[in-house]
Amino acid sequence: MASKKRSRKELFAQGNDAVVEGALLSGCTFYAGYPITPSTEIAEGMAARLPYVPDGVFIQMEDEIASLGAAIGASLAGRKAMTATSGPGFSLMQEHIGYACMVEAPLVIVNVMRGGPSTGLPTSPAQGDVQQARWGTHGDHSIIVLSASNVQECLEMTVTAFNFAEKYRTPVILLLDEVTAHTRERLVIPEAGEVEILSRVAPSMPPEWYVPYEDGLRGVPPMPAMGSGYRYHVTGLTHDRNGFPTSRPDEVQALISRQFRKIDQFFYDIQLTESYLCDDAEVAVVAYGCVARSARLAVDLAREQGVRAGLLHLKTLFPFPRPAVEAVLRTCPRVVVPEMNMGQISREVKRVNNGLAAVRTVNRIDGQIITPQEILKPLLRG
Amino acid sequence: MPAIPIDRFEIRLSGLGGQGILTLGRILGQALALEHGYHVAQTQSYGPEARGGASRADVVVSSRPISYPKPVNLDLLVALSQEACNLYYRDLKGEGLLLVDADLVPQPPTNRFCALPFTALAREKLGNAQAMNIVCLGALVHVLPMLSLKAVKATLPAVLPAKIVELNLKAVELGSTRARKRYPDIATQWTFFSPTTTASMP
Amino acid sequence: MAAITELIHDYLRHNKKFPHVLCAGCGHGIVLGALIRSIHSLGLSKDDVVLVAGIGCSGRVAVYVDFNTVHTCHGRALTVATGIKMANPKLKVIALMGDGDALAIGGNHFIHAARRNIGITALVLNNSIYGMTGGQASPASPTGSMSTTTPLGQLERSFDVVDLGLACGAGYVARATAMHALLLGKLLEEALTRPGFCLVEVRTPCPTQYGRKNGFKTAVEMYRWYKERAVKRERWDSLPEDQRAQSFPIGVFRDAPQPGLEERYYAACSRVQEKTSCQQSQ
Repeated sequence: MASKKRSRKELFAQGNDAVVEGALLSGCTFYAGYPITPSTEIAEGMAARLPYVPDGVFIQMEDEIASLGAAIGASLAGRKAMTATSGPGFSLMQEHIGYACMVEAPLVIVNVMRGGPSTGLPTSPAQGDVQQARWGTHGDHSIIVLSASNVQECLEMTVTAFNFAEKYRTPVILLLDEVTAHTRERLVIPEAGEVEILSRVAPSMPPEWYVPYEDGLRGVPPMPAMGSGYRYHVTGLTHDRNGFPTSRPDEVQALISRQFRKIDQFFYDIQLTESYLCDDAEVAVVAYGCVARSARLAVDLAREQGVRAGLLHLKTLFPFPRPAVEAVLRTCPRVVVPEMNMGQISREVKRVNNGLAAVRTVNRIDGQIITPQEILKPLLRG
Repeated sequence: MPAIPIDRFEIRLSGLGGQGILTLGRILGQALALEHGYHVAQTQSYGPEARGGASRADVVVSSRPISYPKPVNLDLLVALSQEACNLYYRDLKGEGLLLVDADLVPQPPTNRFCALPFTALAREKLGNAQAMNIVCLGALVHVLPMLSLKAVKATLPAVLPAKIVELNLKAVELGSTRARKRYPDIATQWTFFSPTTTASMP
Repeated sequence: MAAITELIHDYLRHNKKFPHVLCAGCGHGIVLGALIRSIHSLGLSKDDVVLVAGIGCSGRVAVYVDFNTVHTCHGRALTVATGIKMANPKLKVIALMGDGDALAIGGNHFIHAARRNIGITALVLNNSIYGMTGGQASPASPTGSMSTTTPLGQLERSFDVVDLGLACGAGYVARATAMHALLLGKLLEEALTRPGFCLVEVRTPCPTQYGRKNGFKTAVEMYRWYKERAVKRERWDSLPEDQRAQSFPIGVFRDAPQPGLEERYYAACSRVQEKTSCQQSQ
């Protein structure tokens, strides 16, 4: 590789840098944020780059509530917008995550998970915000939660997050952890045109025909940029198809069920998993984020010792990739779920298990990444 | 492919916040990854304080994709403070190498170690004690056969601010020369392809 | 009068079900009417006007008018408005907030929006109480006033919205009341044409929640109170101390606008972009 002439741009970069590259590649032109370890490099990267992007806007807000609020405003005004934060800031964002779901504002929220609760361990990794990402904001809602486990994946999943956000008109949460965000590895930046970039569908009918929240086959109404002539009302109140507040049970039901359906019916598009040596596995690991890397080494080590181990690496966390997990549960008598929390994805695995396999968990909450050896033990022991 | 095939070679650079440990890790990692074409995972761990707290950077190098990004069993430990040396020595393989700053680590926990006065060299020969991390990097160029002086020199301008590149190019030369003089045969001690990784795991 | 009504109908949403949510005697409708007249007389296109409201009675006002309207979360109108203005500086962004909205839950956003001088016209509809939730004390409730959460009378001091705006660096700061609709219209026109963060406080009566708990028998009494107590700023300045305590000033308190953040940001970006393209072409 040293001898080969580098055709594409290569960097030795952190996961956080890769998020910046992925966002810019996706056409993100708006970032609002507030500094917080260990996500700050994303804000710094966007602050350095966006002024050189045509119409690129970076703004540092007074807190994370305001950051997501500004991103929502920019999204309504037609921008691909994002923010990034970590634990305590993610807690502050919950209010606006619900608002973004309700008004169907496409945007990307990156949460670099650190040890918690509260201020916790600012410089150490954890995976404690998984269920918060799914259920953190009040009220029943559907949401897409993705994860990444290495630097290249940080770029890929950021692009995916923007694509899903735009395609389904929804906030998408990308969960990283301190290890993934701060590990430096080779990062290959694809050239424009090498990756698929999606953008929201704008209304094509004349403004006076436009019905802002009209249901259709996809359940995703076209979205105009504010100021383009399509004047409508945006509200966090439950609203009818015209966007006006309503409490009529039939209209409420129609709105909320459409918001669920627009994500759930495209389940197979959204579910991203990677299966490694699962086909003949007698024991499988289900893992995500940096722990999936430990798991991969553990699987290799187990195979060296004659145990047929496999790994199901979850990249989409929610909607929970049930079919992929069920396939593993059906074929592997034993399943191990290691995570840096007391069991947040393992409860999902157990929920879909229905007695198919023996599910064991490996949990660590001391701010240290789970080692391959810790995962290897339950793989070997039987 | 890189010149020397390697199966998980693990390096830890450790010391105090403010010594430039993280920068050292970044340059070492970038030179190995981008100039030599290895798979590299460079991670770091640090306390909340920017200065004076414990600081460490880990570099895992391999010819194959790296799954677990952190070191399991160190092949090389660089300790630039006594505290870091005491703390991390137990993570070093039996046949691993300990490299310390001769002045800052007055009591190495073993007889098998290499010591060079990085800080003193930087202060006396370069007039800038802050360049000690790059003097140390120079020593690593000699110690690690898979790392070339050329690669490090190509990496420095990409990572460091322009106004200190000149100084640090000198620092690399200095560290490399001193290490070669003091420990001429050190680079021959490595076996880079262990038959199995498992055997050596804790 | 008929002409004004027709004009206002032109700006209301024909497909939104009336009647509106506001009580009889509420001042919010007067404020909205003044806002519509100002926008009309400035000749702004409906497509270019964005009305961002918070939560509370004031928050419900936005839905009735035919602009781009956003009804945000409680206290967050200025955050969303900031995003919209930065994303598209051509839009005329108006943030419509209540006193609890802007000063309590949104107090931090308020002071920072003023500090960073984002090009937003901020209207604080100050009725000194949380009306929609049934009459609880707000940061603008006067000391001694009664509310459901201050059965002993308000013991805390209240914010002066104008002083706060001045202290935070807003370039245009003004106050009117719902009783002074023509003055209000004039102030709004000024605020809508100035660059940067412009603040207009409107003292507006809440007969249902504030009035009944504080000895105002009718809405008319409240309007009369505003008429008597509101004194032109120029005259108020020369009043003796004891009379000042019995009244409050209205008018313009600062008219020294500075270019808004969005203007300065885009200008700074084009400077660095030009520099880079120059370097590349060399």
